[in-house]
Amino acid sequence: MQIKSLEELIKIKEKSYKSVYLRQHHNNDSDEIETRNATEDEISKNIIVCGGTGCLATDSAKLIKNLELILKARGYDHKVKVIRTGCFGFCEQGPIVKIDPDNIFYVKVHPQDAKEIIDEHIIKGKKIERLLYIEPVEGKKIEQHDDMPFYKKQMRIALRNCGLINPEDIYEYIAFKGYEALGRSLTTMSPEEVIEVITKSGLRGRGGGGFPTGLKWQYTRASEGTTKYIICNGDEGDPGAFMDRSILEGDPHTILESMAIAGYAIGAQRGFVYIRAEYPLAIERLNIAIKQAREVGLLGKNLFGTDFHFDIELKYGAGAFVCGEETALIHSMEGKRGEPHYKPPYPAQKGYRGKATCVNNVETFANITSIILNGHEWFSSIGTEKSKGTKVFALAGKINNVGLVEVPMGTTLREIIYEIGGGIQNHAKFKAVQTGGPSGGVITEKNLDTPIDYESLSAIGSMMGSGGMIVMDEHNCMVNISKFYLEFITDESCGRCTPCRVGTKRMYELLNKISSGEGTLEDLDALKQLCHMIKGSSLCGLGQTAPNPVLSTMHYFWDEYLSHVKDKYCPTGECKNLSKYSINPDKCVGCTACARVCPVDCISGEPKKTFIIDESICIKCGACFDACKFNAVIKP
Amino acid sequence: MPKANFQVEIPNTENLPKEKFNELKQYIDGLKSTEGALIQILHQAQEIFGYLPKEVQLFVARALGMPGSEVCGVVSFYSYFTTEPVGKHVISVCMGTACFVRGADKIVDRIAKKIGIGPEETTKDGFFTLKNIRCIGACGLAPVVMVDDKVYGRVKEEDIDDILDSYRKEEA
Repeated sequence: MQIKSLEELIKIKEKSYKSVYLRQHHNNDSDEIETRNATEDEISKNIIVCGGTGCLATDSAKLIKNLELILKARGYDHKVKVIRTGCFGFCEQGPIVKIDPDNIFYVKVHPQDAKEIIDEHIIKGKKIERLLYIEPVEGKKIEQHDDMPFYKKQMRIALRNCGLINPEDIYEYIAFKGYEALGRSLTTMSPEEVIEVITKSGLRGRGGGGFPTGLKWQYTRASEGTTKYIICNGDEGDPGAFMDRSILEGDPHTILESMAIAGYAIGAQRGFVYIRAEYPLAIERLNIAIKQAREVGLLGKNLFGTDFHFDIELKYGAGAFVCGEETALIHSMEGKRGEPHYKPPYPAQKGYRGKATCVNNVETFANITSIILNGHEWFSSIGTEKSKGTKVFALAGKINNVGLVEVPMGTTLREIIYEIGGGIQNHAKFKAVQTGGPSGGVITEKNLDTPIDYESLSAIGSMMGSGGMIVMDEHNCMVNISKFYLEFITDESCGRCTPCRVGTKRMYELLNKISSGEGTLEDLDALKQLCHMIKGSSLCGLGQTAPNPVLSTMHYFWDEYLSHVKDKYCPTGECKNLSKYSINPDKCVGCTACARVCPVDCISGEPKKTFIIDESICIKCGACFDACKFNAVIKP
Repeated sequence: MPKANFQVEIPNTENLPKEKFNELKQYIDGLKSTEGALIQILHQAQEIFGYLPKEVQLFVARALGMPGSEVCGVVSFYSYFTTEPVGKHVISVCMGTACFVRGADKIVDRIAKKIGIGPEETTKDGFFTLKNIRCIGACGLAPVVMVDDKVYGRVKEEDIDDILDSYRKEEA
């Protein structure tokens, strides 16, 4: 059946709503759909299981199968429906199961727990206490996800449908107002009006640059030529960021719909999603979504009975970080090496196949439909003066609640790390948080109360970036982390311009020298000089920002660099050559455990007396440290 | 629209059977246009052959009427393409930042020691290939090791023996 008008879409929405009304959604001002209780002959419960990459890795597919089999065996399969959704964001606690309308949230559910869920919860109506989430600070059990500190401070716009709908079913998307924004734009607004709404909303590019989206659309619209293209940049390259993947997996239709709206606004009839080949699940779900949208006439010719045509194709990346840069991405789409070129000309003037092209990031697109439906006033009322709306962060590293979080701009890092993130793992001390990935920098304790927006993060030497947020504790060495990012950059530098190709390699060598204990004070000067040179003379953003992790760790942790160079000592012990293991005589009970595990037999002593490590033989493997049950081995 | 040139001779070597070249040829033939399709074709070729040796690269170059050097330039640019055959099981260690700060480098060292090869190498018997990969997005489970499609999360150094041995045992 083809949807040919807004009225038809609304009818289908009302019909589809029957299959989703049981579900409780995330707290979001824009939602006005009410839930009600089921009547006798209707499905009365939904078991929602997370089918994101993280939860699938911990066997959620098998869990779904088990749930379905047992429901059938108990004769409940016509009363209860199992739904596989996209990512809930709370990856640390996966696999996640939510039961609606009861609004009970279970964590770390194993496939063998399926029986208990059906027999106890579904049939007898008893909560399963042991599967409830335990809040780490006070040790309290929490039943409903709105009460969890992890979700409480979040505001979900881009992620609104993730963990709520089945991404492989277009009707569930339509039930939650899907394609209504496109219908309204095409039938009641002119392209200029659409651009005006987006411009006034204050939405800025979520890929990291922060360029105003409305302005980008306006420039592309104003360009000459009749053939134009829309590209969705799904080449999420920052190692440690996974919000784009989660949106594409959890809510693919919102991307298709928003691309069509963008197409209408700038005058394009074709769109492309450039996606990493490393994201097979996202590719699969996008393909399903495109097929379904074409079947009901929401992609293709004469959308909503107007004379606007729009269709979307996928283009696969092949593993190159630089392809996140828009000019490099366009070259890659043309089947070439993904090397950037000098701007201007901007893609808005001359892009894919020489035509005007608008490239927007996945998360940017995920905001469009809500803005059209709720108005620019609603969107611009959220956030800070210059950064409107919300931002999704991938919270990872040494933090208790690893996962995806979406917060209003202006939320502080402290709120994200300590309230939503639940603090540092194993009660260790917070050291720094890295934002902006290989292009960003570290932020330390003293800046944790900075309200996050594009400008404030730049001001403290980091950047928004795509939203990776890596938390580091006292055991992470800052020289080592700089080295890690530089190794990444030398790997990913495309080789087109010399400062980046050669310069970052030299930087990596210097950092390697420092972390292996052969660095000198001159090396630190040389490193700094190289940073500024590469920043100022590289061709594209990759090279221009590559020195940032080094500059910012040098700025905040200069002592640590000095200690590596002057004292030949790594305070965290992460740089093996510079660590010194020793035994604390006050704590050693002479149990011999360390001597027994030492691979080079450099620990000696008599039983029940203090043992000693011979540093000249020690290979710093750390085996003794792990073996000691009395914390007597001192790791630097 | 540019179409593929199928006057190209299909090589027939021991390790690269003719049928596979024919399969690739059919795929290229089925494309509406070959303009800008090089990467897409290489993805398919790697799917068919498992890797992209010189013979396959040249075949693609001839079929598309472009210099072999251009194809080679693209293959060597992207990390997803490999020019060496991979082992029966591919061990991929995630080297994303989240895994790195939770000790992925130590996991790689342990695996390398255990099977006697470094990253991006294959064991002599062709059983395991070890790869460092970029973020697979399962940061909640860091550090992450993938063997083929199976993901192992929160891996500790001491788990490595059990994980790898299970594949050897399965084989025996």
